[in-house]
Amino acid sequence: MNGAQLRSAAAVVGLSIQEGLRRRVFLAVLVLTAGFLALFALGAHFAFRDVDEFANGVPGVLDAHAFTGATIFGLAMFATLFLGAVLAVFLTLGVVRGDAESGLLQPIVVRPIGRTTMLLARFAGAASLSAAYVVVVYLASCAITEATGNWSPDHLLGPALGLALGVAIIAALSLLASAVLSVTAQGIVVFMVFGAGLTAGLMAQIGNAINSDSLHSIGRVASWALPFEGLYAASLHALISGTSGLTGVVLQLGPFGGSEAAGPGLVAWAFAYLLGVLALAAFVFSRRDL
Amino acid sequence: MAAPVLAVHELSKRYGSQQALAGVDLEVGPGQLVGLLGPNGAGKSTLTKIACGLVRPSGGRAEVLGRPAGSPEARAALGYLAELFRFPNWCTAEELLRFHQRLAGSAGGEAERHELLELVELGDAAGKRVEAMSKGMQQRLGVAQALVGSPRLLLLDEPTSALDPVGRRIVRELLEELRRREVAVLLNSHLLSEVELICDHVAIIAGGRLVKAGTPEDLAGPAAVEVETGSGVKTFAGAVREDAPRIVAELVAAGERVYRVEVRHSSLEDVYLDAVGGQTG
Repeated sequence: MNGAQLRSAAAVVGLSIQEGLRRRVFLAVLVLTAGFLALFALGAHFAFRDVDEFANGVPGVLDAHAFTGATIFGLAMFATLFLGAVLAVFLTLGVVRGDAESGLLQPIVVRPIGRTTMLLARFAGAASLSAAYVVVVYLASCAITEATGNWSPDHLLGPALGLALGVAIIAALSLLASAVLSVTAQGIVVFMVFGAGLTAGLMAQIGNAINSDSLHSIGRVASWALPFEGLYAASLHALISGTSGLTGVVLQLGPFGGSEAAGPGLVAWAFAYLLGVLALAAFVFSRRDL
Repeated sequence: MAAPVLAVHELSKRYGSQQALAGVDLEVGPGQLVGLLGPNGAGKSTLTKIACGLVRPSGGRAEVLGRPAGSPEARAALGYLAELFRFPNWCTAEELLRFHQRLAGSAGGEAERHELLELVELGDAAGKRVEAMSKGMQQRLGVAQALVGSPRLLLLDEPTSALDPVGRRIVRELLEELRRREVAVLLNSHLLSEVELICDHVAIIAGGRLVKAGTPEDLAGPAAVEVETGSGVKTFAGAVREDAPRIVAELVAAGERVYRVEVRHSSLEDVYLDAVGGQTG
């Protein structure tokens, strides 16, 4: 990519951000996120207060405080991933076929920028905004559980980066879908794929719990096929990787998706997968008549 | 003739079982204004889209300034306005042109934006959002957008379809100005009178094939002088305007009473209808 193409790509990224600001997308996201964090803070406050009263002076094998912190933070992680995925999908909605059908794309791609650079610029804009969003919400959730219950995850940054890479993959999948599907079909397909990934993770965890190797394997293969789920499971696992005993075991079966340690090569695979999806999207786009 | 700005050789395009173009040859020279005519579905838009790299040909070749159509060098040399286009509703005319300047690598800055908006008579609408513009204003903004970066070739697909007569006149004057600046223009239009008025060369496409091409004068058939006399209407085929006084004098000398004299040409419309055989898309 030469200097002129970089400047053109920056112009496309700038246009995407400007569009988000002018259409008040970011304002809506900000208001909804503030609402979510306020509710989360309220819920965390009462959860920690009640569980501390309930467990006060009762010795047990389950660390009720850690259990509450990890569970409620797991909820926050799930919500963060979901909101990040929604943002990634909406920022890439109709980027290729939808914009081509409405006549928005043609004046841009006939410029020297070229199709691949244009596509990568749209991805860069959507992925960086979505990734920044999940990192900020994740850190805000951390601050809330620390303030309300004096609980923080065992690892702070790893899970945040895992979520960020996860939403970047969702943005890339959405971009690929936009190259072949209409706007409505793109939205439906990407959210179904997102749901399928999370379900696969839960299947793997259920297989683990009931000692079904087959179920576990099916779930793990499916979640590697959609590595945003593997990254999410690894992020959940990293939250409680320092928690031992029965508390640690129970938390691994958490209600917001199964946690599982990142296997060797997960991050490398996720990056390779991301590049592969982008390359495929660029190839499909380059062959498309507009 | 100088090297063509746009050269199309044996160009063909097939969409599934439908043959959109079947071996079209066409050239547009510097400063030449070529009108592309044809019924709906004749292949005019496909040809234009191939020239700017939006559609890949099935056969033949298209070149802009000697470079393959769709290559970065070819795209850098052209401006394009699609028949169906849309600009982001939220941006202003000024912002849209600035965005396209960045895409085109134009260093024209504020002066170029101002000049282009003035050229399409949108000087007062620089800060107006696209969503607040009429369709005609958007179309004129589209023409200004296509001119960002001073392209050597302008491809316009029905650029006056949403314009009122005043808007059409503005675009017509703009095209004449571009001709003075040696910009090559390929104009797709259904408006035969407009094409006849401003184009140097006309190409008529029907069923994906080039069925007729030439200057409007060449295409128009031989003229005739028609005279209504006391003994009926007499047609003098091949006669031109300058022959009319002599014809009238001869008829009067021969004792005829002359009531009406009309100099007739075969119009572009006649030529077009003859060429496309009454096809419509």
